[in-house]
Amino acid sequence: MQAGTWSRRSGGDTSPLARFASALVALVLATCLSGCGAINRVPTLEEQAKSAWSEVQNQYQRRADLIPNLVETVKGYAQQEKDVLIGVTEARAKASSVKVDAGTVSDPQKFKEYQDAQNQLSGALGRLLVTVERYPDLKSNQNFLALQSQLEGTENRIAVARRDYIGAVQAYNTEIRTIPGRWIASWFYPESKPMETFAATRDADRPPNVKF
Amino acid sequence: MIGRRAFACAAALLWLVATALAADLQFPALTGRVVDAANLLTPDQRAGIEAKLKAHEDKTSDQVVVATVPSLQGTTIEDFGNRLFRDWKLGQAKTNNGVLLLVAPAERKVRIEVGYGLEGALTDALSKVIIASAITPRFKQGDFAGGIGAGIDGILAILSGDAQGWQRKPQVRGDEVDPAQVTLFVVLFLVILFVMWRMNRAGGGRGGIIVLPGPGSGGWSGGYSGGSSGGYGGGFSGGGGSSGGGGASGDW
Repeated sequence: MQAGTWSRRSGGDTSPLARFASALVALVLATCLSGCGAINRVPTLEEQAKSAWSEVQNQYQRRADLIPNLVETVKGYAQQEKDVLIGVTEARAKASSVKVDAGTVSDPQKFKEYQDAQNQLSGALGRLLVTVERYPDLKSNQNFLALQSQLEGTENRIAVARRDYIGAVQAYNTEIRTIPGRWIASWFYPESKPMETFAATRDADRPPNVKF
Repeated sequence: MIGRRAFACAAALLWLVATALAADLQFPALTGRVVDAANLLTPDQRAGIEAKLKAHEDKTSDQVVVATVPSLQGTTIEDFGNRLFRDWKLGQAKTNNGVLLLVAPAERKVRIEVGYGLEGALTDALSKVIIASAITPRFKQGDFAGGIGAGIDGILAILSGDAQGWQRKPQVRGDEVDPAQVTLFVVLFLVILFVMWRMNRAGGGRGGIIVLPGPGSGGWSGGYSGGSSGGYGGGFSGGGGSSGGGGASGDW
Protein backbone atom coordinates (compact mmCIF):
# COMPACT_ATOMS: atom_id res chain seq x y z
CA MET A 1 0.00 0.00 0.00
CA GLN A 2 2.66 2.37 1.13
CA ALA A 3 5.04 1.23 -1.56
CA GLY A 4 2.33 1.77 -4.16
CA THR A 5 1.72 5.36 -3.18
CA TRP A 6 5.42 6.05 -3.09
CA SER A 7 6.02 4.75 -6.59
CA ARG A 8 2.98 6.57 -7.95
CA ARG A 9 4.11 9.77 -6.38
CA SER A 10 7.65 9.57 -7.65
CA GLY A 11 6.46 8.49 -11.06
CA GLY A 12 4.02 11.36 -11.29
CA ASP A 13 6.34 14.04 -9.97
CA THR A 14 8.17 15.60 -12.90
CA SER A 15 9.52 18.76 -11.30
CA PRO A 16 12.91 19.76 -12.77
CA LEU A 17 14.53 19.64 -9.37
CA ALA A 18 13.63 15.98 -8.83
CA ARG A 19 14.79 15.11 -12.32
CA PHE A 20 18.07 16.84 -11.73
CA ALA A 21 18.49 15.09 -8.40
CA SER A 22 17.79 11.66 -9.84
CA ALA A 23 20.16 12.31 -12.73
CA LEU A 24 22.82 13.36 -10.28
CA VAL A 25 22.28 10.26 -8.17
CA ALA A 26 22.52 8.09 -11.28
CA LEU A 27 25.69 9.81 -12.36
CA VAL A 28 27.29 9.46 -8.95
CA LEU A 29 26.24 5.82 -8.73
CA ALA A 30 27.58 5.04 -12.17
CA THR A 31 30.88 6.69 -11.43
CA CYS A 32 31.14 4.95 -8.10
CA LEU A 33 30.47 1.57 -9.66
CA SER A 34 32.88 2.03 -12.51
CA GLY A 35 35.43 3.70 -10.31
CA CYS A 36 35.20 1.42 -7.29
CA GLY A 37 38.57 -0.09 -8.05
CA ALA A 38 39.95 3.22 -9.23
CA ILE A 39 38.83 5.37 -6.34
CA ASN A 40 41.80 4.42 -4.21
CA ARG A 41 44.29 4.48 -7.03
CA VAL A 42 45.09 8.19 -6.80
CA PRO A 43 46.20 8.16 -3.14
CA THR A 44 47.87 4.77 -3.56
CA LEU A 45 49.96 5.94 -6.49
CA GLU A 46 50.67 9.20 -4.71
CA GLU A 47 52.01 7.36 -1.69
CA GLN A 48 54.10 5.10 -3.90
CA ALA A 49 55.63 8.08 -5.67
CA LYS A 50 56.31 9.77 -2.34
CA SER A 51 58.01 6.72 -0.94
CA ALA A 52 60.06 6.40 -4.12
CA TRP A 53 61.08 10.01 -3.60
CA SER A 54 62.13 9.29 -0.01
CA GLU A 55 64.33 6.53 -1.36
CA VAL A 56 65.99 8.95 -3.78
CA GLN A 57 66.65 11.36 -0.92
CA ASN A 58 67.90 8.52 1.25
CA GLN A 59 70.47 7.50 -1.31
CA TYR A 60 71.63 11.06 -1.93
CA GLN A 61 71.98 11.45 1.81
CA ARG A 62 73.96 8.25 1.97
CA ARG A 63 76.33 9.64 -0.61
CA ALA A 64 76.69 12.89 1.34
CA ASP A 65 77.51 10.88 4.46
CA LEU A 66 80.37 9.09 2.70
CA ILE A 67 82.07 12.26 1.55
CA PRO A 68 83.78 13.56 4.73
CA ASN A 69 85.53 10.22 5.18
CA LEU A 70 86.52 10.15 1.52
CA VAL A 71 87.90 13.68 1.65
CA GLU A 72 89.91 12.86 4.79
CA THR A 73 91.41 9.78 3.20
CA VAL A 74 92.36 11.57 0.00
CA LYS A 75 93.83 14.47 2.00
CA GLY A 76 96.33 12.13 3.61
CA TYR A 77 97.84 11.28 0.23
CA ALA A 78 97.13 14.24 -1.99
CA GLN A 79 97.40 17.33 0.14
CA GLN A 80 98.26 19.50 -2.84
CA GLU A 81 94.88 18.86 -4.51
CA LYS A 82 93.25 21.42 -2.26
CA ASP A 83 91.03 22.95 -4.93
CA VAL A 84 89.38 19.69 -5.84
CA LEU A 85 88.87 18.74 -2.21
CA ILE A 86 87.40 22.10 -1.31
CA GLY A 87 85.15 21.88 -4.36
CA VAL A 88 83.74 18.56 -3.14
CA THR A 89 83.25 19.81 0.41
CA GLU A 90 81.49 22.95 -0.76
CA ALA A 91 79.29 21.10 -3.21
CA ARG A 92 78.33 18.70 -0.43
CA ALA A 93 77.45 21.54 1.92
CA LYS A 94 75.31 23.13 -0.77
CA ALA A 95 73.57 19.89 -1.67
CA SER A 96 72.81 19.20 1.99
CA SER A 97 71.31 22.65 2.47
CA VAL A 98 68.74 22.19 -0.31
CA LYS A 99 65.94 20.02 0.99
CA VAL A 100 62.88 18.81 -0.87
CA ASP A 101 60.60 16.61 1.20
CA ALA A 102 57.86 14.36 -0.09
CA GLY A 103 55.27 17.11 0.37
CA THR A 104 56.93 19.78 -1.76
CA VAL A 105 57.95 17.49 -4.58
CA SER A 106 55.26 19.10 -6.76
CA ASP A 107 57.12 22.42 -6.66
CA PRO A 108 59.14 22.68 -9.92
CA GLN A 109 61.43 25.44 -8.66
CA LYS A 110 62.52 23.65 -5.51
CA PHE A 111 62.85 20.39 -7.36
CA LYS A 112 65.16 21.93 -9.92
CA GLU A 113 67.26 23.52 -7.17
CA TYR A 114 67.66 20.13 -5.53
CA GLN A 115 68.57 18.40 -8.74
CA ASP A 116 71.10 21.08 -9.70
CA ALA A 117 72.79 20.89 -6.32
CA GLN A 118 73.08 17.11 -6.51
CA ASN A 119 74.38 17.29 -10.09
CA GLN A 120 77.03 19.74 -8.97
CA LEU A 121 78.11 17.37 -6.26
CA SER A 122 78.27 14.54 -8.82
CA GLY A 123 80.53 16.69 -10.97
CA ALA A 124 82.84 17.59 -8.08
CA LEU A 125 83.06 13.93 -7.07
CA GLY A 126 83.86 12.97 -10.64
CA ARG A 127 86.74 15.47 -10.68
CA LEU A 128 88.02 14.10 -7.39
CA LEU A 129 88.04 10.53 -8.71
CA VAL A 130 89.90 11.62 -11.84
CA THR A 131 92.50 13.42 -9.72
CA VAL A 132 92.99 10.34 -7.59
CA GLU A 133 94.21 8.48 -10.67
CA ARG A 134 97.54 10.28 -10.28
CA TYR A 135 98.22 8.82 -6.82
CA PRO A 136 99.03 5.10 -7.00
CA ASP A 137 99.63 4.87 -3.24
CA LEU A 138 96.19 6.23 -2.52
CA LYS A 139 94.61 3.92 -5.07
CA SER A 140 96.02 0.86 -3.32
CA ASN A 141 95.02 2.07 0.17
CA GLN A 142 92.54 -0.41 1.68
CA ASN A 143 90.43 2.29 3.29
CA PHE A 144 90.21 4.21 0.06
CA LEU A 145 89.27 1.10 -1.91
CA ALA A 146 86.47 0.36 0.52
CA LEU A 147 85.22 3.94 0.33
CA GLN A 148 85.42 3.91 -3.43
CA SER A 149 83.35 0.73 -3.70
CA GLN A 150 80.80 2.21 -1.30
CA LEU A 151 80.62 5.36 -3.37
CA GLU A 152 80.23 3.32 -6.52
CA GLY A 153 77.48 1.26 -4.91
CA THR A 154 75.74 4.39 -3.71
CA GLU A 155 75.84 5.99 -7.13
CA ASN A 156 74.27 2.84 -8.48
CA ARG A 157 71.58 2.90 -5.79
CA ILE A 158 70.88 6.51 -6.69
CA ALA A 159 70.44 5.47 -10.32
CA VAL A 160 68.02 2.71 -9.31
CA ALA A 161 66.11 4.98 -6.92
CA ARG A 162 65.79 7.65 -9.60
CA ARG A 163 64.54 5.09 -12.10
CA ASP A 164 61.95 3.84 -9.60
CA TYR A 165 60.89 7.39 -8.81
CA ILE A 166 60.49 8.27 -12.48
CA GLY A 167 58.32 5.18 -12.96
CA ALA A 168 56.19 5.91 -9.87
CA VAL A 169 55.66 9.57 -10.82
CA GLN A 170 54.79 8.59 -14.36
CA ALA A 171 52.10 6.23 -13.09
CA TYR A 172 50.74 8.84 -10.67
CA ASN A 173 50.78 11.74 -13.12
CA THR A 174 49.11 9.63 -15.79
CA GLU A 175 46.43 8.61 -13.31
CA ILE A 176 45.50 12.14 -12.30
CA ARG A 177 45.59 13.42 -15.88
CA THR A 178 43.52 10.71 -17.57
CA ILE A 179 39.81 10.42 -17.31
CA PRO A 180 38.46 8.42 -14.41
CA GLY A 181 41.43 9.33 -12.27
CA ARG A 182 41.20 12.99 -13.16
CA TRP A 183 37.58 13.21 -11.99
CA ILE A 184 38.27 11.22 -8.88
CA ALA A 185 41.25 13.40 -8.06
CA SER A 186 39.31 16.63 -8.51
CA TRP A 187 36.34 15.40 -6.43
CA PHE A 188 37.95 13.46 -3.64
CA TYR A 189 41.59 14.52 -3.60
CA PRO A 190 41.65 18.17 -4.70
CA GLU A 191 45.05 18.67 -3.06
CA SER A 192 46.81 16.11 -5.27
CA LYS A 193 49.02 17.79 -7.85
CA PRO A 194 51.24 16.41 -10.59
CA MET A 195 54.76 15.68 -9.33
CA GLU A 196 58.05 16.74 -10.79
CA THR A 197 60.31 14.14 -12.31
CA PHE A 198 63.93 14.00 -13.32
CA ALA A 199 64.95 15.28 -16.72
CA ALA A 200 65.07 12.58 -19.40
CA THR A 201 67.91 10.12 -19.34
CA ARG A 202 71.23 11.83 -19.24
CA ASP A 203 74.56 10.59 -18.01
CA ALA A 204 73.33 11.28 -14.50
CA ASP A 205 71.10 8.23 -14.78
CA ARG A 206 74.05 5.93 -15.09
CA PRO A 207 76.63 5.31 -12.44
CA PRO A 208 79.90 7.08 -13.22
CA ASN A 209 82.58 4.95 -14.72
CA VAL A 210 85.05 4.41 -11.91
CA LYS A 211 88.23 2.77 -13.11
CA PHE A 212 90.52 0.88 -10.80
CA MET B 1 53.95 24.48 -39.37
CA ILE B 2 52.50 21.14 -40.28
CA GLY B 3 55.90 19.92 -41.31
CA ARG B 4 57.35 20.92 -37.98
CA ARG B 5 54.57 19.19 -36.10
CA ALA B 6 55.03 16.03 -38.15
CA PHE B 7 58.72 16.16 -37.43
CA ALA B 8 58.07 16.55 -33.72
CA CYS B 9 55.66 13.61 -33.83
CA ALA B 10 58.20 11.47 -35.64
CA ALA B 11 60.90 12.45 -33.16
CA ALA B 12 58.63 11.63 -30.23
CA LEU B 13 57.77 8.29 -31.79
CA LEU B 14 61.42 7.48 -32.37
CA TRP B 15 62.24 8.41 -28.80
CA LEU B 16 59.40 6.22 -27.55
CA VAL B 17 60.61 3.29 -29.61
CA ALA B 18 64.17 3.83 -28.40
CA THR B 19 63.16 3.95 -24.74
CA ALA B 20 60.88 0.96 -25.19
CA LEU B 21 63.79 -0.97 -26.67
CA ALA B 22 66.05 0.13 -23.84
CA ALA B 23 63.52 -0.92 -21.23
CA ASP B 24 62.63 -4.19 -22.91
CA LEU B 25 65.53 -6.41 -22.08
CA GLN B 26 65.22 -10.09 -22.80
CA PHE B 27 65.92 -12.14 -19.71
CA PRO B 28 66.62 -15.87 -19.59
CA ALA B 29 64.09 -17.96 -17.67
CA LEU B 30 64.86 -18.77 -14.05
CA THR B 31 65.29 -22.50 -14.52
CA GLY B 32 67.35 -23.21 -11.42
CA ARG B 33 69.86 -21.70 -9.03
CA VAL B 34 72.42 -21.65 -11.83
CA VAL B 35 71.20 -20.22 -15.14
CA ASP B 36 74.10 -20.72 -17.52
CA ALA B 37 72.80 -18.98 -20.63
CA ALA B 38 76.35 -18.23 -21.82
CA ASN B 39 77.43 -21.89 -21.50
CA LEU B 40 80.45 -21.38 -19.28
CA LEU B 41 79.97 -24.44 -17.09
CA THR B 42 79.85 -28.18 -17.61
CA PRO B 43 76.81 -30.01 -16.19
CA ASP B 44 78.94 -31.41 -13.36
CA GLN B 45 80.23 -27.99 -12.35
CA ARG B 46 76.73 -26.58 -12.48
CA ALA B 47 75.36 -29.39 -10.32
CA GLY B 48 78.13 -28.83 -7.78
CA ILE B 49 77.38 -25.12 -7.44
CA GLU B 50 73.63 -25.72 -7.36
CA ALA B 51 73.99 -28.21 -4.51
CA LYS B 52 75.94 -25.64 -2.47
CA LEU B 53 73.36 -22.94 -3.11
CA LYS B 54 70.46 -25.23 -2.27
CA ALA B 55 72.07 -26.32 0.98
CA HIS B 56 72.54 -22.67 1.95
CA GLU B 57 68.97 -21.76 1.07
CA ASP B 58 67.54 -24.69 3.01
CA LYS B 59 69.47 -23.51 6.04
CA THR B 60 68.92 -19.73 5.88
CA SER B 61 66.26 -19.11 3.17
CA ASP B 62 68.75 -16.78 1.42
CA GLN B 63 68.38 -17.24 -2.34
CA VAL B 64 71.75 -17.03 -4.03
CA VAL B 65 71.59 -17.43 -7.81
CA VAL B 66 74.26 -17.51 -10.52
CA ALA B 67 73.48 -16.22 -14.00
CA THR B 68 75.67 -16.06 -17.06
CA VAL B 69 74.35 -14.16 -20.05
CA PRO B 70 75.61 -14.09 -23.62
CA SER B 71 74.97 -10.34 -23.92
CA LEU B 72 74.05 -7.31 -21.79
CA GLN B 73 71.91 -6.05 -24.69
CA GLY B 74 73.53 -2.66 -24.78
CA THR B 75 72.99 -1.59 -21.20
CA THR B 76 75.37 -1.48 -18.23
CA ILE B 77 75.87 -4.53 -16.05
CA GLU B 78 74.50 -2.57 -13.07
CA ASP B 79 71.27 -1.82 -14.90
CA PHE B 80 70.97 -5.31 -16.36
CA GLY B 81 71.75 -6.95 -13.02
CA ASN B 82 69.16 -4.92 -11.14
CA ARG B 83 66.43 -5.51 -13.70
CA LEU B 84 67.19 -9.22 -13.92
CA PHE B 85 67.16 -9.46 -10.12
CA ARG B 86 63.75 -7.80 -9.98
CA ASP B 87 62.43 -9.86 -12.87
CA TRP B 88 63.38 -13.05 -11.06
CA LYS B 89 62.30 -11.68 -7.67
CA LEU B 90 65.16 -13.31 -5.81
CA GLY B 91 64.95 -13.65 -2.04
CA GLN B 92 61.89 -14.03 0.15
CA ALA B 93 59.24 -11.36 -0.24
CA LYS B 94 59.45 -10.14 3.34
CA THR B 95 63.19 -10.28 3.90
CA ASN B 96 64.47 -9.53 0.37
CA ASN B 97 67.36 -11.90 1.04
CA GLY B 98 68.53 -12.62 -2.48
CA VAL B 99 71.94 -12.38 -4.15
CA LEU B 100 72.65 -12.55 -7.87
CA LEU B 101 76.10 -13.29 -9.28
CA LEU B 102 75.92 -12.13 -12.88
CA VAL B 103 78.64 -12.91 -15.43
CA ALA B 104 78.71 -11.37 -18.91
CA PRO B 105 81.70 -12.93 -20.69
CA ALA B 106 81.17 -11.04 -23.96
CA GLU B 107 81.47 -7.66 -22.19
CA ARG B 108 83.99 -9.08 -19.67
CA LYS B 109 81.91 -7.79 -16.77
CA VAL B 110 80.85 -9.40 -13.54
CA ARG B 111 78.47 -8.13 -10.86
CA ILE B 112 77.23 -9.17 -7.45
CA GLU B 113 73.73 -7.71 -7.02
CA VAL B 114 72.53 -7.79 -3.42
CA GLY B 115 68.90 -7.68 -2.28
CA TYR B 116 67.73 -5.02 0.18
CA GLY B 117 67.71 -7.42 3.12
CA LEU B 118 71.31 -8.57 2.73
CA GLU B 119 72.91 -5.17 2.10
CA GLY B 120 73.98 -5.03 5.74
CA ALA B 121 75.74 -8.38 5.58
CA LEU B 122 77.13 -8.47 2.07
CA THR B 123 78.19 -4.83 1.77
CA ASP B 124 79.37 -3.12 -1.39
CA ALA B 125 82.94 -3.18 -0.09
CA LEU B 126 82.82 -6.92 0.67
CA SER B 127 81.25 -7.64 -2.71
CA LYS B 128 84.05 -5.70 -4.35
CA VAL B 129 86.67 -7.66 -2.41
CA ILE B 130 85.12 -10.95 -3.53
CA ILE B 131 85.10 -9.82 -7.14
CA ALA B 132 88.64 -8.43 -7.09
CA SER B 133 90.29 -11.22 -5.12
CA ALA B 134 88.33 -14.39 -5.91
CA ILE B 135 86.58 -13.95 -9.24
CA THR B 136 88.43 -11.75 -11.72
CA PRO B 137 91.93 -13.25 -11.25
CA ARG B 138 90.53 -16.65 -12.30
CA PHE B 139 88.42 -15.16 -15.10
CA LYS B 140 91.58 -13.54 -16.48
CA GLN B 141 93.02 -17.01 -16.96
CA GLY B 142 89.84 -18.22 -18.61
CA ASP B 143 88.82 -20.31 -15.60
CA PHE B 144 85.13 -19.39 -15.41
CA ALA B 145 84.05 -22.37 -13.33
CA GLY B 146 86.81 -21.70 -10.80
CA GLY B 147 85.98 -17.99 -10.59
CA ILE B 148 82.26 -18.57 -10.16
CA GLY B 149 82.89 -21.30 -7.61
CA ALA B 150 85.31 -19.16 -5.60
CA GLY B 151 82.93 -16.19 -5.78
CA ILE B 152 80.03 -18.30 -4.50
CA ASP B 153 82.20 -19.67 -1.70
CA GLY B 154 83.05 -16.11 -0.69
CA ILE B 155 79.42 -14.96 -0.79
CA LEU B 156 78.17 -17.96 1.20
CA ALA B 157 80.99 -17.56 3.73
CA ILE B 158 80.05 -13.94 4.35
CA LEU B 159 76.33 -14.72 4.49
CA SER B 160 76.90 -17.44 7.11
CA GLY B 161 79.31 -15.34 9.17
CA ASP B 162 78.43 -14.71 12.80
CA ALA B 163 79.01 -10.96 12.91
CA GLN B 164 76.81 -10.49 9.89
CA GLY B 165 74.19 -12.75 11.37
CA TRP B 166 73.82 -10.33 14.23
CA GLN B 167 73.30 -7.43 11.92
CA ARG B 168 70.59 -9.23 10.08
CA LYS B 169 68.63 -10.60 12.99
CA PRO B 170 66.66 -7.48 13.98
CA GLN B 171 65.47 -6.96 10.47
CA VAL B 172 64.19 -10.50 10.09
CA ARG B 173 62.51 -10.40 13.47
CA GLY B 174 60.61 -7.22 12.66
CA ASP B 175 58.75 -8.96 9.89
CA GLU B 176 57.44 -11.82 11.98
CA VAL B 177 53.71 -12.05 12.62
CA ASP B 178 52.38 -11.87 16.17
CA PRO B 179 51.30 -15.45 17.06
CA ALA B 180 48.40 -14.16 19.20
CA GLN B 181 46.92 -12.46 16.16
CA VAL B 182 47.21 -15.60 14.11
CA THR B 183 45.47 -17.63 16.80
CA LEU B 184 42.66 -15.09 17.05
CA PHE B 185 42.23 -15.11 13.30
CA VAL B 186 42.11 -18.91 13.12
CA VAL B 187 39.57 -19.10 15.97
CA LEU B 188 37.36 -16.50 14.31
CA PHE B 189 37.59 -18.34 11.03
CA LEU B 190 36.58 -21.62 12.67
CA VAL B 191 33.62 -19.96 14.41
CA ILE B 192 32.40 -18.51 11.13
CA LEU B 193 32.86 -21.84 9.44
CA PHE B 194 30.88 -23.56 12.21
CA VAL B 195 28.03 -21.02 12.00
CA MET B 196 27.88 -21.39 8.25
CA TRP B 197 27.80 -25.15 8.62
CA ARG B 198 24.95 -24.95 11.14
CA MET B 199 22.98 -22.58 8.91
CA ASN B 200 23.57 -24.91 6.04
CA ARG B 201 22.27 -27.86 8.01
CA ALA B 202 19.28 -25.93 9.32
CA GLY B 203 18.38 -24.80 5.83
CA GLY B 204 18.13 -28.43 4.71
CA GLY B 205 21.03 -29.54 2.59
CA ARG B 206 21.58 -27.32 -0.40
CA GLY B 207 18.74 -24.94 0.33
CA GLY B 208 20.63 -22.80 2.85
CA ILE B 209 21.86 -19.30 2.37
CA ILE B 210 25.45 -20.34 1.91
CA VAL B 211 26.17 -23.59 0.15
CA LEU B 212 29.23 -25.38 1.38
CA PRO B 213 30.63 -27.90 -1.04
CA GLY B 214 30.13 -31.43 0.13
CA PRO B 215 33.04 -33.76 0.68
CA GLY B 216 34.62 -34.78 -2.56
CA SER B 217 32.71 -32.28 -4.67
CA GLY B 218 35.92 -30.41 -5.34
CA GLY B 219 34.45 -27.04 -4.45
CA TRP B 220 37.20 -25.73 -2.17
CA SER B 221 40.18 -25.24 -4.36
CA GLY B 222 42.46 -22.37 -5.08
CA GLY B 223 42.28 -20.34 -1.91
CA TYR B 224 45.38 -20.94 0.12
CA SER B 225 48.22 -21.49 -2.24
CA GLY B 226 51.00 -19.34 -3.54
CA GLY B 227 52.41 -17.25 -0.75
CA SER B 228 56.15 -17.13 -0.50
CA SER B 229 57.28 -20.63 -1.25
CA GLY B 230 60.79 -19.83 -2.28
CA GLY B 231 61.92 -22.81 -4.23
CA TYR B 232 61.59 -25.73 -1.90
CA GLY B 233 61.03 -29.05 -3.55
CA GLY B 234 61.69 -29.77 -7.18
CA GLY B 235 61.10 -26.52 -9.04
CA PHE B 236 62.82 -23.27 -8.21
CA SER B 237 61.36 -19.81 -8.35
CA GLY B 238 62.05 -16.43 -6.85
CA GLY B 239 60.42 -15.75 -3.49
CA GLY B 240 59.31 -12.21 -4.33
CA GLY B 241 62.34 -10.25 -3.11
CA SER B 242 63.74 -7.07 -4.59
CA SER B 243 66.97 -5.17 -4.82
CA GLY B 244 67.81 -1.50 -4.86
CA GLY B 245 71.15 -1.73 -6.61
CA GLY B 246 73.38 -2.86 -3.76
CA GLY B 247 76.55 -4.83 -4.47
CA ALA B 248 79.54 -4.23 -6.69
CA SER B 249 80.77 -4.79 -10.23
CA GLY B 250 84.10 -5.50 -11.82
CA ASP B 251 85.71 -6.37 -15.11
CA TRP B 252 88.62 -8.46 -16.23
